[in-house]
Parts: sequence; C-alpha cells; structure tokens
Amino acid sequence: EKLAARKKRRKEREALGDNAPPKAVPKTIENQRVYDETTVDPNDEEVAFDEETDEFAPYFNRQTVPKILITTSDRPRGRTVRFCEQLSTVIPNSHVYYRRGLALKRIIPQCIARDFTDLMVINEDRKIPNGLVLSHLPDGPTAHFRMSSVRLRKEIKRKGKEPTEHVPEVILNNFTTRLGHSIGRMFASLFPHDPQFIGRQVATFHNQRDYIFFRFHRYIFKSEKKVGIQELGPRFTLKLRSLQKGTFDSKFGEYEWIHKRREMDTSRRKFHL
Amino acid sequence: RTKTQNFCRNEYNLTGLCNRSSCPLANSQYATIREEKGRCYLYMKTIERAAFPRRLWERVLLSKNYEKALEEIDENLIYWPRFIRHKCKQRFTKITQYLIRIRKLTLKRQRKLVPLRRKIERREKRREEKALIAAQLDNAIEKELLERLKQDTYGDIYNFPIHAFDKALQQQDAESESESDAEKEEDDDEDTDKREFVEADDSDLSDFEDMDKLETSSEEEQEEEEEVEKKASHSRSKGKTPLKGPARRKRPYIEIEYEEETEPTTKTKAT
Repeated sequence: EKLAARKKRRKEREALGDNAPPKAVPKTIENQRVYDETTVDPNDEEVAFDEETDEFAPYFNRQTVPKILITTSDRPRGRTVRFCEQLSTVIPNSHVYYRRGLALKRIIPQCIARDFTDLMVINEDRKIPNGLVLSHLPDGPTAHFRMSSVRLRKEIKRKGKEPTEHVPEVILNNFTTRLGHSIGRMFASLFPHDPQFIGRQVATFHNQRDYIFFRFHRYIFKSEKKVGIQELGPRFTLKLRSLQKGTFDSKFGEYEWIHKRREMDTSRRKFHL
Repeated sequence: RTKTQNFCRNEYNLTGLCNRSSCPLANSQYATIREEKGRCYLYMKTIERAAFPRRLWERVLLSKNYEKALEEIDENLIYWPRFIRHKCKQRFTKITQYLIRIRKLTLKRQRKLVPLRRKIERREKRREEKALIAAQLDNAIEKELLERLKQDTYGDIYNFPIHAFDKALQQQDAESESESDAEKEEDDDEDTDKREFVEADDSDLSDFEDMDKLETSSEEEQEEEEEVEKKASHSRSKGKTPLKGPARRKRPYIEIEYEEETEPTTKTKAT
C-alpha cells in the first residue's frame, strides 16, 4: 500500500516537472526533538561569561597542563586492566594506578597534592567495565557515566598500529545544551591544548541522543576533499548518569544533574545532553 | 537440611537443629540467647510458667562485657542441665563475634548493590544501537576534519590547491608565465634541497609527496610562487595518483612510522 502511494507521488512529481513541490524531508528523531530551552547559542554572553569563570578556566587559559590518573574499582579483572592500559595510551600524560581498597575520599587529597588535574575511575561489574567516574580535581565537577559497549583494540577491525605518543586532536560533536556544553568542556580538558598535527590522531566524542560515543582514529588527507580515517584505539559509549558540583562525594555532594528515570525518560524525543 | 539432621524453624531454638534435646517446644525447661539491636538477652522458660504463654519466656539483659555476660549466664542458669548451659554460652560467643564483625564492616566502605532493571537495560541497549546508526560517526568525523582543513587550523602542513585559489592562480599564471618560469627554476633548487620533491622519482614517490610536505613544511614560508609550482607538479602527479589510488591507502599507514628515520639519510643524499 505504501509502495503504491509512493509510486503515485513520484508520478505526480514527474508530471509536474519544474513546478513540483520540494522533496519531503523524512522525519527523524533528531528533527522531531523536543526543543530544549537550555540549548547553547554560540553567541550567548551568559554562557561565555560562565565559561570564563568556571573550573575549566585555568585549563582553557593554558595555565595548567592536564595530568590524569586512571584507576579502577577494587580487584579489577583482566579486561578492565587492559582497557585501562589502552586508555592511558590514548590520553597523553595519564597514569594508571591500582587501587587496593583505598577509599576514594582519601585518594582525592593525595591526587591534589601530587598535582593531578583529573581523576578517572572505571567501575567494573562481572568482569567488564561498566561505569566511569570522571572528576576534575582541584575541586571540579564530577561526572558519573554508565559505560557500555567497550571494545578493546584487538576487537576492532582495523589494520593500524597502536596510538603513538603524539597529542591527538579532539572533536566534540553535538553537545548542544548547557549541560552538554559543560560535559564537553570536561572532556576537552583531559587533553593537552596543543595537538600535534604530525601525529594525525584524533579523539572524537560524539553525542547522539544522550549517548556519547568515543572513538580514536588516525586520519589522512588523500586529497583536498577526501579524508580517510582508520580506527585505532579503544571505543566505548557513555551515558551520563549524574553531574556533581564538587569532587566525588556520594552522600554530601551537591548534584547539578541526576538522571531521574521516571521524569526524564518519558518522551522518546526528549534529550538532555 | 543436612544429611542427618533437620533445621529447626523455631526462633527460640538454641542450636538450630531439630532434636529432642534442643527443641523449645519439647522441653519445658529451656533457655536461649537472642540479640536485639546489638544487645544480647538470655531467655528462659520454666515449667512453672507453662500455663501462661504470655509470661512464658523470661528475658534478662546481659552486660556488654564478654566475661561478665558469661558469669551472668552462669548465675542465671545455675542448677540447669549442663547441656543447655554449654550451648547457651557457645551461642552467646558466636553472636558477639558476628556483632563485632558487623561493626568493623560498617566502618569500611561498603559496596552498594544497585539492581539493574532488565527492561530498562534492554531499552537502553536498543536505543544506543539506534543512536549509533543515526550518528554515522565516520561521516561526521570526516566532515569535521575537512572543515578544519578548510578553516586552516592545520596551518600549512597540507597543501592542497583549493578551487577558488586555483582559479585565481590560473589567471595569474596566464599573466605572468614567464616570470613564474624563471622563479620555478630557483624554487626547484630550493625544493630539492629542502624536501625530496624529486620529479624524476614521481612514479614511486608520488605517495611520499604529501608525507614530505608534512614533515618539512614548518620551515617553509608559503609564497604564491611556490604554491603555483607545487600546484603544477601536483597536477602533473595527479595523473599518476589515480593508478596508485587503492594501493595508496595501505602504504601510508604502515610507512608513516619509518618516515622520520629515513628522512635524514635521504636529505644528506640530496645535498
């Protein structure tokens, strides 16, 4: 029945020739997205001012060099360990430390003393990593993500070598709302500010329908209008669960945003990031 | 249910097994230790109160001190059968030990188990897949990279003739052909010094052209003449690159690692 309708429409269009109405755009979820009032306008003054005075300002003013500590929950299993290692190759200036039962609250002052700017904790469940807590250290926001679909490097079909030591570029896609913007800045602050283009590596955080996909590629420009990319490096997807104002504190922290399932998952076309 | 014995479901049972000797229902003189909110009590049942179910079990609070509590048990259960006394003390010991363990554990970090809801999990998974398909990551990344190339964020590492530039240059070419020819020769010499822009080896090194520009462009100043020159040679080599098109893709990814090592040696050869 649909076929018949489509054929009819096509015939009409051909019959009308130049006067035909323009082709209808198919409805996608992105098109139908419920308008979020916190969308960031590129020229918004308030947002610009906020960004200058928030916790990432020293990074964006090039005052601090990011130094990252990657760790896991207790007793990490093999997969998680390997994933941590690969993450540390992807992110320059990062160190992996194991945690033998150390409380997070006690780790944080130690990290600050040793001059780390960010802390990443990969939480694990049933031998696979499934959660990520990313906190900007000198009293910065803490974001808690659920991590899914983790692919280690050997599981990705590619022929490339491992990521080199060059500082990669960063691409942040589709972080539209205010919340998304701050998360985007958080990701950007993980990487040193000056990418080495010789390395031709790029790390991408792409937000789509509240899922953030992380990919790590090596690109090459075949000609001026064509670029080839080859995926190397692990990949994973994140879904934001909560954002806290201060450093990690489950009981007394001030939550800037929590994902409340009952309220927020009601509409299929409403997204928050 | 162990092989030989059942478990007794009665909460006043002393040992937990169902025996004639350790059943509170079967014996009219019985005692147990039970604990409530961290405090231990001794419960006793005597034959005189068998007619009053409400007052049947008599409760005695035991002191927190372990030894004192044991003495209290002894003095309360004086003249009682040895079996009951012994089992009471054993039970009391066990209970205090596990209370201590609980207190220790609560001080350490405790793992909070959050149950995953299956339906939600499945929903999330499906949504993620659909989002992935909708995202079309490769295309997005490629677009972004090309955008950055256009906006010159890479500076002058990549020198691809842009179309508008092309046309302008063509005009200039037409006007000042003789000049550019003269300059071409100069540039030629410079080129062979700085980068291995060896036209003779075009067939093999057409791939390397771009790599070389990558490595050594930082030194060079981009003037229009040079770009013209490059453009000319590029257009020459463009005739060849389509042949190497499919092969090209594989090579750069492997050879890029060796580039930096071989360069200095070839440089000395050229000079």
